[in-house]
Amino acid sequence: MTIEDVLKQLFPLGHDVSFSEALVAGTGRTEEGDVAVIGTRDRAEIGIDLAFRMADEVLRVVRAHPGRPILLPVDTAGQKMSRRDETLCLNAYIAHLAKCLGVARRSGHRIIGLVYAEAVSAGFLSTCLLADACYALPGAQVRVMNLSAMARVTKIPLERLESLSNTSAVFAPGVANYVAMGAVRDIWNGDLAEHLLAALREQGDPQTDRRRVDGEARGGRLLARSVAERARFDAA
Amino acid sequence: MTSWYEATARQRIAGLLDPDTFAEILRPEDRITSPHLRELGAPAAFDDGVVVGRGLLAGRPVLVAAQEGAFMGGAVGEVHGAKITGLLERAMDERPAAVLLLLETGGVRLHEANAGLIAVSEIMRAILAVRAAQIPVIVLNGGRYGVFGGMGIAASLCDAIVMSEEGRLGLSGPEVIETTMGVEEFDASDRALVWRTVGGKNRYILGEAATLVSDDIAEFRAAAAVLVDAALPLDLPEVEAEHAMLRERLERFSDIGDAQEIWARLGIASPETLPILDSDTFLRVTEGKAVRRKGDAA
Repeated sequence: MTIEDVLKQLFPLGHDVSFSEALVAGTGRTEEGDVAVIGTRDRAEIGIDLAFRMADEVLRVVRAHPGRPILLPVDTAGQKMSRRDETLCLNAYIAHLAKCLGVARRSGHRIIGLVYAEAVSAGFLSTCLLADACYALPGAQVRVMNLSAMARVTKIPLERLESLSNTSAVFAPGVANYVAMGAVRDIWNGDLAEHLLAALREQGDPQTDRRRVDGEARGGRLLARSVAERARFDAA
Repeated sequence: MTSWYEATARQRIAGLLDPDTFAEILRPEDRITSPHLRELGAPAAFDDGVVVGRGLLAGRPVLVAAQEGAFMGGAVGEVHGAKITGLLERAMDERPAAVLLLLETGGVRLHEANAGLIAVSEIMRAILAVRAAQIPVIVLNGGRYGVFGGMGIAASLCDAIVMSEEGRLGLSGPEVIETTMGVEEFDASDRALVWRTVGGKNRYILGEAATLVSDDIAEFRAAAAVLVDAALPLDLPEVEAEHAMLRERLERFSDIGDAQEIWARLGIASPETLPILDSDTFLRVTEGKAVRRKGDAA
């Protein structure tokens, strides 16, 4: 689905979201009030310029519209791979975006992630994985790396990875795997506006990261919760 | 002098903390290994490549996590990541003087890529929560594999990064960029280019490493001891200040091709000589020119 279609379906009451290269930014109207939209399109590669502009939008919303929910619709092919961006410390620009979202959350902004097309590796990490809750459209693709590249790097035969990916959610691409592991809370089938309203109305403490609990309950990630709990509570 | 670069995770902890004060949590005897590596027929480790626990640094209580580069390049899987996340969350109960993260990692462990990516995001959320609780989180970076991938992002979320010039910090490692984009974009075999791009000196000059030390465990210890008990606020004024700093970097250096051009534009004399200077001379030469943040040592 194109970003234009996604926005039209999310905001039947209207929106003023506009595009500037890969950046998607503006405001949508809902029955629950205005929602700030900060996202990416066209399989954006996230480099220092885009990360900075997204952080700029987050800070603008925090200053001008305290408490307004923030929706992060993303289509990203991952981080930009460039010597110039690494020289200037791309990881620090993305960390800055993460800090801005963290400060927004602490200031009372709900943060909702939405993978409407593709989310790869650090592009996913720097956006939707920092949301209070991340959702995805049915056709969305989420991955770190495709299986053939993974086979090359890990030196494990592709056939073996393919057969294991039928039973394990932990390495193969696919949004269903991320649902099973708790990182994607739900797939939005059907009426997107209704799903958005439900997400906006959801109660629950946004400061608590419940993904490992969901991942365990859904059977996709069986150790993260218990190991983290032991590291927190076991006697030393 | 004991090299940080050459040491194992356990040797670094032993040299960093006060003698005989380290108590490990989830010790190797507990046999907490990665089931995913086992399933793929890859070798496992009884600590899954990360050592976590508590101890004293110059008499002050600290929590420590140390990644072992010799095991899968310090890569983060489900268990490895959960140990770090749990340790960070422990800080909110115990309120230590600091959490010390001795990082050495290529990022996400590809054998369990999805679980590793989510684990890194959980570490990131936990770092933000600990910082919001006003407990400092300090990164020590000087190992063979540097700090890359999602953990490079996590490192830059912390209060401070202590680096040796042998330390490296970035998102995509040089080899990954060369493989993906071609050798014209980044020649990973050019060691001098790699060091001056992602090495400790460039990161210090940009204001991304708070302290630059020599490759000596005692120097890492001294630098960390100065940083405990002093949490930096993580609030709107703080991120606004960082925003201004990153905006200025973008405006001043957007067109650069090489780190040396940054150093020259900052007015550092003879920038081409910086890579060969020892850290004391380097600090003297760059004083007043390197970008500094609030809370950084001069």
